[in-house]
Amino acid sequence: MTILNSKIPQGSLSQKWTNHKNAMKLVSPANKKKLDIIMVGTGVAGASAAASLGELGYNVKVFCYQDSPRRAHSVAAQGGINAAKNYRNDNDSNYRLFHDMIKGGDFRAREANVYRAAEVSNAIIDQLVAQGVPFAREYGGHLTTRSFGGVQVSRTFYASGITGQQVLLGSYAALKRQAAKGSVEMYERRQMLEIVVKDGKARGIVCRNLVTGQMERYSANAVVLATGGYGTIFFLSTLAVNSSGAAAYAAYKKGAFFANPSFIQIHPSCIPQMNEYQSKLTLMSESLRNDGRVWVPKDKGDKRSPDQIPEEERDYYLERRYPAFGNLVPRDIASRAAKERCDAGYGVGETGFAVYLDFSDAIKAQGEKMIKNKYGNLFDLYGKITGEDPYKVPMKIYPAGHYTMGGLWVDYNLMTTIPGLFAIGEANFSDHGANRLGASSLMQGCGDGYFILPYTIGNYLADEIKTKKLTTDDQAFDIAEKEAKERIQRLMNIKGNTSALAFHRALGKIMWDHAGMTRSEEGIKEGLKKVDDLEDRFYKDLKITGTTDSMNQPMERALRVAANFEISRLMLRDAMNRKESCGAHFREEHQTEEGETLRNDRDYSYVAAWEYLGERKEPKLHKEELKFEAVEVSQRSYK
Amino acid sequence: MKLTLKVWRQHSPKDKGRFEEYILQNASSDMTFLEMLDALNEQLISQDKDPVAFEHDCREGICGCCAMMINGRPHGPNAETTTCQLNMKAFKDNDTIVIEPWRARSFPVIKDLVVDRQAFEKIMEAGGFVHMDTGSAPEANTLAVPKGKADEAIEAASCIGCGACVAACKNASAMLFVAAKVSQYALLPQGKPEGGKRAWNMVAKMDELGFGSCTNTGACEVECPKGISLAHIARLNREFIKGGFITLVAEEE
Amino acid sequence: MSNFFVSSIGKKFVLSLTGLFLILFLVVHLSVNVLIVFDSTGKLFNQAAHFMDTNPLIGIIEPVLAIGLVLHLVLATIITAQNQLLRDVNYTGNKRYQKSNTRENSSWASRNMYVLGTVILVFLVIHMINFFWKIKVTGDPLLNEATGLEPGVKNAYALVTGLFVQWKWSVLIYVIGAIALGLHLYHGVWSAFQSLGWSNRKWRSILSIIGIIVSLIFAGGFAFIPVFVLIQDMVC
Ligand SMILES: Cc1cc2nc3c(=O)[nH]c(=O)nc-3n(C[C@H](O)[C@H](O)[C@H](O)COP(=O)(O)OP(=O)(O)OC[C@H]3O[C@@H](n4cnc5c(N)ncnc54)[C@H](O)[C@@H]3O)c2cc1C
Ligand code: SF4
Ligand code: FES
Repeated sequence: MTILNSKIPQGSLSQKWTNHKNAMKLVSPANKKKLDIIMVGTGVAGASAAASLGELGYNVKVFCYQDSPRRAHSVAAQGGINAAKNYRNDNDSNYRLFHDMIKGGDFRAREANVYRAAEVSNAIIDQLVAQGVPFAREYGGHLTTRSFGGVQVSRTFYASGITGQQVLLGSYAALKRQAAKGSVEMYERRQMLEIVVKDGKARGIVCRNLVTGQMERYSANAVVLATGGYGTIFFLSTLAVNSSGAAAYAAYKKGAFFANPSFIQIHPSCIPQMNEYQSKLTLMSESLRNDGRVWVPKDKGDKRSPDQIPEEERDYYLERRYPAFGNLVPRDIASRAAKERCDAGYGVGETGFAVYLDFSDAIKAQGEKMIKNKYGNLFDLYGKITGEDPYKVPMKIYPAGHYTMGGLWVDYNLMTTIPGLFAIGEANFSDHGANRLGASSLMQGCGDGYFILPYTIGNYLADEIKTKKLTTDDQAFDIAEKEAKERIQRLMNIKGNTSALAFHRALGKIMWDHAGMTRSEEGIKEGLKKVDDLEDRFYKDLKITGTTDSMNQPMERALRVAANFEISRLMLRDAMNRKESCGAHFREEHQTEEGETLRNDRDYSYVAAWEYLGERKEPKLHKEELKFEAVEVSQRSYK
Repeated sequence: MKLTLKVWRQHSPKDKGRFEEYILQNASSDMTFLEMLDALNEQLISQDKDPVAFEHDCREGICGCCAMMINGRPHGPNAETTTCQLNMKAFKDNDTIVIEPWRARSFPVIKDLVVDRQAFEKIMEAGGFVHMDTGSAPEANTLAVPKGKADEAIEAASCIGCGACVAACKNASAMLFVAAKVSQYALLPQGKPEGGKRAWNMVAKMDELGFGSCTNTGACEVECPKGISLAHIARLNREFIKGGFITLVAEEE
Repeated sequence: MSNFFVSSIGKKFVLSLTGLFLILFLVVHLSVNVLIVFDSTGKLFNQAAHFMDTNPLIGIIEPVLAIGLVLHLVLATIITAQNQLLRDVNYTGNKRYQKSNTRENSSWASRNMYVLGTVILVFLVIHMINFFWKIKVTGDPLLNEATGLEPGVKNAYALVTGLFVQWKWSVLIYVIGAIALGLHLYHGVWSAFQSLGWSNRKWRSILSIIGIIVSLIFAGGFAFIPVFVLIQDMVC
């Protein structure tokens, strides 16, 4: 039986959060000053939480590996942020937003958390606007919205094609304000390597100063991980090249359960890989599917240029297969549909692994100026990378790894299975089930950071005032630091012939082939073996040059790749365990006749939370059963 | 594609630093500039040498990490392009490329091409925010913002904090960076109330940290990867001067 | 408020105001000087010069002008020195950049305002020694040549044309001075408005066009006068 307690409050769905807030313990202002909180990560989740906690009066220490919190990968989010404001009078509501997310996540998310995410969404927009986030406006001066995939209302607020940057800069500014005030201390250029657990509680971290190479120790009453996703497991992804699951992995190793690791979103519209040197794939925001139409030629291997292919010889396959949602089907569906077409030989471009995203109809109908106004910087970005003008030639797109729905298991209070260790934002697993809807991650990150964690962490800390302060010369720190040092030394001592970059590339390829858009028992087994083999090679043949007493980026990467092996295995095992298809997890053995996901609610309506039992040891599975009270569990249909 | 790379190498902040020359035989015009540096590092690692440290993360021109002087121009020769977006098509076979870190008194070198841009953080801490606490916001549509102003505010707000403006400026002035932030807030009703004071505080911090003063050469605007306009500097000047006179005549702000 | 004039923007505020103020002087000066071109008898010019010499208002403006000029010079020196000494060198003592392609991103004039200003200043000193000093202090035989005007009016016309005719190379100095002034104004005019905050996206192009026109008028005007005098002398 499971030891997981999700601590979902009593009451009807819409009352749970209110009831819980009323019941939670408070910390008095005088006591807040005595409590330290460590925040690892400064994306929308980490920055907003740190700023809010600082405002409340806690002592917050904030860590990130970049030179500035403003560079966290949230900065790259393009399309927008959802809220159930119903400004469009299109009958939107908290319930509808909640329902869209639950359905979009293919009924694999925890109802209570998702409802709460929807419930706080409106306050986020208020908050951001008051911070001076320049959201797009109508001519009358009021906020405007656009549509995103998997949804029939228009609830996505945006700032041109740089919404993530603007939302992050809003919370970054709030963070800077606290830093100036002294309630927040900034520690940039730090790579967190170990979480320090004392008497069963998370009490600190050990990190490496990326400039001096020194190990540093920090203690606190609670530790929050806001370290983002692990999409770089595929090497090529839309994530920043230095983002990784290494921090979450460190928590997992210390006893935090890892939930649904195989739920990883492949985004349908990315600029296709163009050559073997490529280090990164660039996203073309989902918002483009508002006006862009996706198509491939009706004839296999049709090599004519797109403008030579007449209308009746084009296959608008999304509109054909999903008339109700058309080009705005959820991401997992759009991705698989693109893969299906390309695998069947209809793909376009030199490699045949691309489909068209065509704006000519929209430009005809609305004029180039309007399209420029809506998507100008995305079109520029595309032009810069591909050298093609998307106003004239349809974009070529292909799916790429993008977002990890899986992550550290947390209860309703966003606490992991290690008391005192919290996880927020993309780093946790909580709100998106098996597939995330567009523009809902900034929303979740902000919700967690501004409005949820500041309350729930207080509830935990109220009992911690009595706990003795932990000094950094405690034995727990000695052990953690020793572990971290040994890990680095082990890598430095291999002195083989292959660089960390090469290993990362190789591992990424394995994961893309075996745990990418579609999975099968055979493939997973093979993948597991390949990962093990590669890891063996890694520990024999890795080569790191340079020293550990100064900045050494290949060494930093090696540490992340080392963690990736374990995460890869975890992903594969989770994919193996889940003998159904749901959301982004598509097992070839479990599909409908039309090639859609085939869920198995009787056996798999649970969150799979994995417990670490040792290096290369089979982890232990814990199940959190999912109960749906407010929605009717149904076969997802976007037809 | 064969390239000769003259790269600034400096082991630590205290090290004096020097240029080193490397021949990269297997570069390709399909690479981005950073992928070319990746290839250089692979080569250095295979020769048991210390790889070149350079900052990078998003590799799509939005995080502002990447920062280097390429042949005497911040982020290289292409307009409105960050280093990570720079394509090697901008160079020819047998080219020599000189790669240097940003150089300004307030941006000390940490290692090789990596500089310390903490000064920007300090400027932001001096006033790059709106004083408001979480939870105290009014309904989002309470204040209407004319679309034109909102659009201009977005343009100003799109600064990625890379520091190319400082690197390009013969005075090592940070005016474009400061202006982008001050202007964004000055254009929006939410940021207006503390406008003059913000300009005042941020400029004072900028001066204090050893950035030069702006002589309107316009180099920053040309080199800024986000095309932030000098018009924002004019607005900053306006805000600052206004703020100055307000403190002169008004009893209280 | 005391900080205002210490701050970088405050200093430029004053620099810009004095700069614009000095343009006023140029306007008056040039309008008097063109009279040399329009009247080869020198009557008009002499009359105007006499007016400038004796009018009490001008007497008041003159010291103000001098203060403006000094302020302009001092602030320009402080700003430039700070930018150069404090900021433009690299902390490790290396050259700021091994390779620097500033041509690609800014105009030569904008980068060399102080150099141009120095050239103008040197020119101004020579110019003052040639005319101002002689008219006001030492006097010159040429000034006393018959003017055909009321008594007491000095023949400044003869002094001016005499210089250019006698020392032909001095025309070159005046032309160089005029070009330096033109380049200084080419950047200076719009830059002053920018520093005062009186610019935006729309006005920027208008202001730079105004700057170009102003610089052409003054450079052209001041260069044309000595050249004209020289040619007139050679033709006649
Ligand atoms: C290209 C792209 C476009 C997107 N567009 C949208 C969109 O339009 N709408 C939307 O809602 N969502 C979008 N998303 C998803 C969304 O941006 C992210 O899921 C979200 O921003 C994650 O925020 P976060 O705060 O959880 O983590 P991140 O922003 O990823 O931040 C992670 C932080 O953790 C720090 N960190 C990580 N590891 C360590 C370590 N070991 N030591 C120290 N610090 C560490 C990093 O320095 C960083 O500060 C997009 C994502 C991508 C990649
Ligand atoms: S203003 Fe431009 S050049 Fe300067 S930091 Fe911002 S984006 Fe970079
Ligand atoms: S790496 Fe992010 S802007 Fe270049």
